[in-house]
Parts: sequence; C-alpha cells; structure tokens
Amino acid sequence: MKLSGWGRYNPQDCRVTRPRDEDTLRARVAEGGLIARGNGRSYGDSAMSGSNTVDMRGFDRMLSFDAEAGQLVAESGVMLDDIITTFLPRGWFPWVTPGTRYVTLGGMIAADVHGKNHHLHGSFGAFVDWIDLMGPDGQVRRCGPLDNSDLFAATLGGMGLTGVILRASFRLRRVETGFIRQETVPTANLTETLAAFEAHQSATYSVAWIDCLASGDSLGRSLITLGEHASVGDLPRRNRTAPFAPPARKKRIIPLDAPGFALNRHTVQAFNHLYYKRGAAKSGHSVTGWDEYFYPLDSILAWNRMYGRRGFVQYQTVLPLATAAAGLRELLETISASGLASFLAVLKRLGPQGRGMMSFPMEGHTLALDFPASRATFALLRRLDAITLAHGGRYYLAKDARLTADTLRQSDPRADRFHQLRSAEGLTRRFASLQSERLYL
Amino acid sequence: MTRPAVLILGARSDIGLAVARRFAAEGHPIILAARDSASLADAKADLVLRHSVAVTLAEFDVLDTASHAAFLDGLGPLPAVAVSAIGLMGDQTASEHGAASAALVIRSNFEGPAAILGEIANRMEVRGNGTIVGISSVAGDRGRATNYIYGSAKAGFTAWLSGLRNRLAKKGVHVVTVLPGFVDTKMTAGMDLPAKLTAQPGEVAEAIHRAVTRKRNVIYVKPVWQLVMAIIRNIPEPVFKRLKL
Repeated sequence: MKLSGWGRYNPQDCRVTRPRDEDTLRARVAEGGLIARGNGRSYGDSAMSGSNTVDMRGFDRMLSFDAEAGQLVAESGVMLDDIITTFLPRGWFPWVTPGTRYVTLGGMIAADVHGKNHHLHGSFGAFVDWIDLMGPDGQVRRCGPLDNSDLFAATLGGMGLTGVILRASFRLRRVETGFIRQETVPTANLTETLAAFEAHQSATYSVAWIDCLASGDSLGRSLITLGEHASVGDLPRRNRTAPFAPPARKKRIIPLDAPGFALNRHTVQAFNHLYYKRGAAKSGHSVTGWDEYFYPLDSILAWNRMYGRRGFVQYQTVLPLATAAAGLRELLETISASGLASFLAVLKRLGPQGRGMMSFPMEGHTLALDFPASRATFALLRRLDAITLAHGGRYYLAKDARLTADTLRQSDPRADRFHQLRSAEGLTRRFASLQSERLYL
Repeated sequence: MTRPAVLILGARSDIGLAVARRFAAEGHPIILAARDSASLADAKADLVLRHSVAVTLAEFDVLDTASHAAFLDGLGPLPAVAVSAIGLMGDQTASEHGAASAALVIRSNFEGPAAILGEIANRMEVRGNGTIVGISSVAGDRGRATNYIYGSAKAGFTAWLSGLRNRLAKKGVHVVTVLPGFVDTKMTAGMDLPAKLTAQPGEVAEAIHRAVTRKRNVIYVKPVWQLVMAIIRNIPEPVFKRLKL
C-alpha cells in the first residue's frame, strides 16, 4: 500500500503487516529489512520499509501500573492518548509529551521525543525504566540503564533501528488537575526572545511561537507561552468539582486537500500579524485545559492535509547555546528573504542530550518549521543546512524526510558510531527504514 | 453504579477482545471465555487497568458441548449479555477433501456456538431478560466456491440466530446477528483485503455495542456490505455458478 509519513511528502509503496503476537513478529524479523511503525506521526520516511513495515498497533495492552511510583508497563502500540485518558482522571500525567497525543509508546521511545519541559526534565527516555526489545535473532531482551545498557542507550532515539520495541516501563507524574496555568510573554525581537527563555528557565513548560516572516527590527519576535500544572485552587470555581475534566473541545477535520496556494507568504504573513497582535494584547495569565495547551493541533484532525496533495516537510534543528543567537538570526533572515512561509514556527530552549545515544536534544535552541514540499522549499532548506552546519547544529530524525547521508554526517558525528554499532550487532540487515538507507544509518 | 456482566465467548479473537474493551469502557464487568484462558492474563490486565472493571477468565471449549451447562453453572450469575466471537475459517481445500476438517469447521462455526448460545438462551428465557449476540458472516449469505464449507456453517448459524430471535421475541430476550464483512484480524492476516470494505476490530465492537443498546436485529458493520451482499444474493444462479468470486 502507498505509505507516507505525517508530512505526506513522497509516498512509497510499502508492504505493511500487523502482527498481533510475538511469534508472527519473530517471523517478520527473520525476513529482514524490517521497520516498526506506530501511529505514523513521524514526518518523513523513518517508519517506512518497502518490503517489511510492521504496524505495531496490534500490541496495545497496558500491563501493570504501580501507583506508588507512577510506573506504567505497557506494550509499545499503546497510544499516548489512551494513556492520558486512562490515567489523568486518577491524577497522573506523562512526564514528557510531544506536541501530539496520537503517538504510540514505541514511537515516543524510538524518537526519544521531547516536550515543552525539556530544559528541566529531559526527554521521554529519562523516564523509561526498561525496554523489552526483539533483536535480530528474534530473542526478546530486557534493556535498561543497568542491563544491556548499550542497547538501551542506542534504542532511545534509535528510530527503531536496534530492534522492535515490544514493551516498556516508564513513569508518570502526579498532577492535581488537568489544567495548565499559562502565561504568555510577547517579545519584540530575537534577542528578547532568547533572553526570555533564560529568564524563565525555572518554568516547567516553555515554548515560543515565532513569527518567521518578521524582519528587520522585529526579526525573531515571538509569543512565549509558559505553563505550570494548575492546582485545584488555581481553577475557576466551576471547574473545581471536576478538576480532571477540561471542557471537551470540538474536533474539526480538514476533509480534503487544501489547494496548494492556500498557504502562501501573504496569507501566512497576515495570519502571523494578527496572531502576534492578538497574543500580545492578551498576554498575561490564564488557565487552559491540558489538551488545548499541549495539543493545539490535535483538535484539527488531519491538519496535515492543509498543505495540499504534495505534502510538506518539517525542518527541525538544534543549535548549541554558544552559537544559537547568531545561527537563528541567519536562519530567520534567510527564510524571511526567501519569500517562503512556514505556517508553524516553533522555538524552544533545550537541555542536555540525556541517555539516548542518538537523541536529538542538546543544550541550546531548537527551531522547527514546516514548508509545503516544492522545489523552492528544497533549495531553501539546502541554504538552511549550510547555516545549521556552520553553527554546529544537528537534526531531529523524526522530522526528517530529505537530508543526505553527507549532511547528516557533517552535522552529527554520532551517525557513524551508530552505524558501526548496528553493523557490529548484526542489525543492519534485519532492521532498516527508507530513512536509514537514505542516511546510511 | 454497577453494570451487568458481559460474557465474551471466543475471547482470544481480535473481535472478541475489542468487544470486551468496548463494554468495559462502559463499566461492565467482563468474563473472557476461551480455551487456554490463562493466556489472556495480559488482556485481563489491560481491561482492569484501563477501565477499572472486574474481569474473570473462564476456561471454555466450544466443541465440548457436554461441558457447556457446567461451564455456565461455574460462572455464577447468568450474564446480561453473551457475545459469541467464535469462528474458524479452516482451509477450504482441506475441508473439501477431508470430512474431519470439514466437520471441524462446521462444528466450530455452527454446532458449537449454537449449543452454548442455546443453553444461555434457555436460561435467559427463564430469567425473562438478556441479550445474545452471534457473530456470523456475510459468507453465509451465499455459498461461493472459495469458502462454502465455512460459508454454509455460517449460513446455518445465521438461520439459527434468526429462529432464536423469533422464538424469544416475546420473552424479553433479544438476539443480535452480526455480519462483519472483512475484518483486519489474525484470521484474515495475509489476505489482500480491499481497504474500503475492511473494518477494524474496534469498529465491529462499536457496531455491536450500538446494536445491543438499540436492540437492533441484524447488522452489517460497514453499510456498504449490505449493498454488496444484496447484489451477490440477487445474481441469477446460471450466471453466479460461472463467476469466480
């Protein structure tokens, strides 16, 4: 069947099977060239294999929960949305969540996803106690920080290339309500934006929406949203009796592909202008439901169709702290001058890498952009690549659909070490994605 | 608020598990009945964790009809809803050439489910209420060369459910016949099924839950199957017999 990542760019014919027991899965592993796929939310081709894509959503059982430690053991196909709807009413929330709740546990581990609290708490892998991994021989090994620790580190952020993640144990945190106390801080330019991140390092959650079309004195102007889990006392009186039940939001769906011209420089510029003015006018404190705060796009089902039939590509890099200011300025100037518009542009301060050998984060700033797939976009992205490399930045593989093996290696010396480990462990033949072949991982 | 219990027969099947999940989500205690029921420990853990309902595992062999009465006695109070998700596709060629494999398919899809549901129906009739759900198949709507042993057993089961519904209509016991069409399960793994005609187990479970609450009689999970089968049933036999279906 035709398969693509969430960006819907460059669909490929892939054989997809959905095993529901370990024996069937073992037979798939023996065939080789396998990549496990969760809910298909990575943007590019990381969860696609032409010959052997394995849909893991048949493994979706929650197995045990230790309410003392907040420790949940679940199969890898369990959806984050199910975890939240099951445990939030009991006062638990994931320590780390990406920007969508329609991802699987296995996908979160494979991409070692980060959230708006990365600067304080690290990535998802920081809260994983162990992983049951099916290796190239079909054997299931339990890996953790003490047992098979090299394999554990390579699996966190390893994009499914070290084996099939079957089960994992990870931790949830106590929360008093399902609401977030939010503060919006408008900033006028890049210097202010970066300073604001530093000034709010102690905020649990922080992220900036950045107007990537602003230029000149306004280059890098942003709306920074800070968040804290609200206590019952923070809630409006009417919500205090049901503190875990924010008002249900209406689900909207984008029913068909938008025409390619719907998102262009002018519509995005107009939107950005209004959005910034509105945000700046409304700046200050508010209390928001968890789903609206963490997953604003999930309420628009299939929002990826907004970019039309040819799909879109994400560009996400992280620049180290020392070079971030200069690098971001150059990236933003280049984008602004290109005439191309990124509808979503997000900036976030990240903390150190953590335990995953291939994990994306490093101490610095990450910029995430998306552009409709087009020749002009790819030309722009090559220019952005040069800037990223010059400033010591590196790429988020879960977002990538178009890097070359060369560019990856120039940005990330870990890629060669990862490939060596895969070769030494006999993993390269058994586990491969279109991305791993493209990037020679 | 205590909800009445739901019994799932053939609980290891993907549809059976999905139905269990759907009813557990509404707070119903669940009884998972299957052979080697201990292997359902993970499924039980999942239902308990997600929905905080009581889940019981019960050893049950649909072909051992002599054990059915004792099996029901062992469950304690008669459940409010009994769902049979039991089925065996078998191998058509093997069934054509071996009476034993044909008998296994016929017994697994018709004789066995009819025996246990019949026993449950009698007890529900005495009690004066209850719902019986039989998962049959569109394959029973017309025999085709590729799977007529399975299809004929399902045809028998469909007719049996229809008769049971007729018999109990005035006795407070409701009978639902489910015709799922293609479903993406272990049973169909490896088959090349058309996506638009293929349901996920969760969709079947949703349709069954709706049918039980709304007291529907016969349901096709995907509405398009009603049309497809109407056409297939109405092809004149002289034409039909020459078709490759």
